[in-house]
Amino acid sequence: METNDRYVQIENVHKSFGGAAGSEVLRDVSLTVRKGEFVSIIGHSGCGKSTLLNIVAGLTPATSGNVFVDNRQVVEPGPDRAVVFQNHSLLPWLSVYQNVRLAVDKIFGGTIAKAERHDWTMRNLELVSMAEARNKKPAEISGGMKQRVGIARALAMKPKILLLDEPFGALDALTRAHLQDRVMQISMELGNTVMMITHDVEEAVLLSDRIVMLTNGPAATIGSICEVPLERPRLRLELIADPTYVGCRAAVLEFLHKRHRFVDAA
Amino acid sequence: MSSTAKSLQHGPPAKVVPLNVQTKPPDSVAARNAAPPAVSGLSRLSRLALATKRRALDVLPPLLAIGAIVGLWELLCAAPDATLPPPSRVVSETWELIVDPFYDRGGIDKGLFWHIYASLKRVALGYFLAAIGGIGLGVLIGSSKWATRALDPVFQVLRTIPPLAWLPLSLAAFRDAQPSAIFVIFITAIWPIIINTAVGIRNIPQDYQNVAKVLRLNRGEYFVSIMLPAAAPFIFTGLRIGVGLSWLAIVAGEMLIGGVGIGFFIWDSWNSSRISDIILALLYVGVVGMLLDRTIAVLGRIVTRGTAST
Repeated sequence: METNDRYVQIENVHKSFGGAAGSEVLRDVSLTVRKGEFVSIIGHSGCGKSTLLNIVAGLTPATSGNVFVDNRQVVEPGPDRAVVFQNHSLLPWLSVYQNVRLAVDKIFGGTIAKAERHDWTMRNLELVSMAEARNKKPAEISGGMKQRVGIARALAMKPKILLLDEPFGALDALTRAHLQDRVMQISMELGNTVMMITHDVEEAVLLSDRIVMLTNGPAATIGSICEVPLERPRLRLELIADPTYVGCRAAVLEFLHKRHRFVDAA
Repeated sequence: MSSTAKSLQHGPPAKVVPLNVQTKPPDSVAARNAAPPAVSGLSRLSRLALATKRRALDVLPPLLAIGAIVGLWELLCAAPDATLPPPSRVVSETWELIVDPFYDRGGIDKGLFWHIYASLKRVALGYFLAAIGGIGLGVLIGSSKWATRALDPVFQVLRTIPPLAWLPLSLAAFRDAQPSAIFVIFITAIWPIIINTAVGIRNIPQDYQNVAKVLRLNRGEYFVSIMLPAAAPFIFTGLRIGVGLSWLAIVAGEMLIGGVGIGFFIWDSWNSSRISDIILALLYVGVVGMLLDRTIAVLGRIVTRGTAST
């Protein structure tokens, strides 16, 4: 159980761009995530949230400090840390099915038979209700659907941790709400460990077990952490007046708008 | 290392809750385009009339323009001391060539089909080699900063050399007309292919590269699954410019090299003062050039279908 409590360990991570004299983006960030936990990272734009996620993904190297996932140090990107990118990043020349299948074939091609890889691809598309549209090209489906395919592709990798980089940022409010409910349901069913970047307070409170609040950049660090002790499944409408929900929301809003107001004209 | 899974299943034994999500847009295209249940004879007739009218609008303007040009030409060259023949005389003098493009009396006395066929064969070979070499070199300088630094200045100088300037050098090197002509096509077509391929490779979105990194695609897989399809629209732009230039170069090249080919046919006609034959040949050269361009364009559209990133 010791390992499961410290499933993801971020230890004293610093990040500067452009060498020693460059701009410091992250300063001394340390965070531990339990297995199966849903953690949101919230902060104003430009504070380095995405940089932190990219460091965990292995896409950006940290200037100093270490990241461990399941006791293995992160040195490069890999399918055990699947990323759902903000702009979905589907390959436009492949169909919905092929986009997911590409990942499945690459990761399980050596170990698992073809028919089973097909079933697994379909299973993940069904999970996000995109099985029917499997032969469509990304250009032929809506933004919300694209993001669902992106999620299916990430889930199909059977990652140890799912990294969501503002996955709902580019969607309209209704689609966003719908997709949030879906992600909540899937992560509860599958028990995924999730790290999500967001700048939406309601979204963070609704989805997360813990909300990590970053101070403003440059040299952002963890300012405060808010536990969200709400029972699951959580229902959006029932939570509106729930005192715990309201309290958490107020705490995060307070942090963002009073203690760490975004000074630049955004 | 990550593929330790013996069988594919998500973590806990998950039961899939049927989720009520519409995966189709509510008003599907099929529903909108569905034909009305009953079509009366009248409306079918009027729709036919409408289609004919639309067709006429496509065909009529170019026909009128061609008619006006030919009319003006006839008028200008009608005088008895005109240096160039009017269209009516062109047709009457070249009638034999027009009606029988396939005759072959040996040597270079062949129908126009054989001349164009010979030219196309040279272009095809030179252009094919240019496409292979151009895409290869384009990928190299597009993906390596060092290769760009080393080769870009060289290419910038070489690509401005006019195609025919290469001909004496290639004749000296190959000591034969046929490979020299093919080399001239190759060296003419390769530059736009190299440059456009390199631009396409450099412009591969960071997102696709990140996807490749997360999936840990190796170099070969990255090349096939990401690089080529992502750069395909650029590559086809280069290929299309290249085929146009090849066709420009072959006519000029063949005038100097001789033998069977549309370029030498034109030069030969000039030497025997058959001006009408030249005019007919020019027309054919233009039509073939346009067909080559369209062919590559259509091929590009088929291959790159759906690559427009959204």
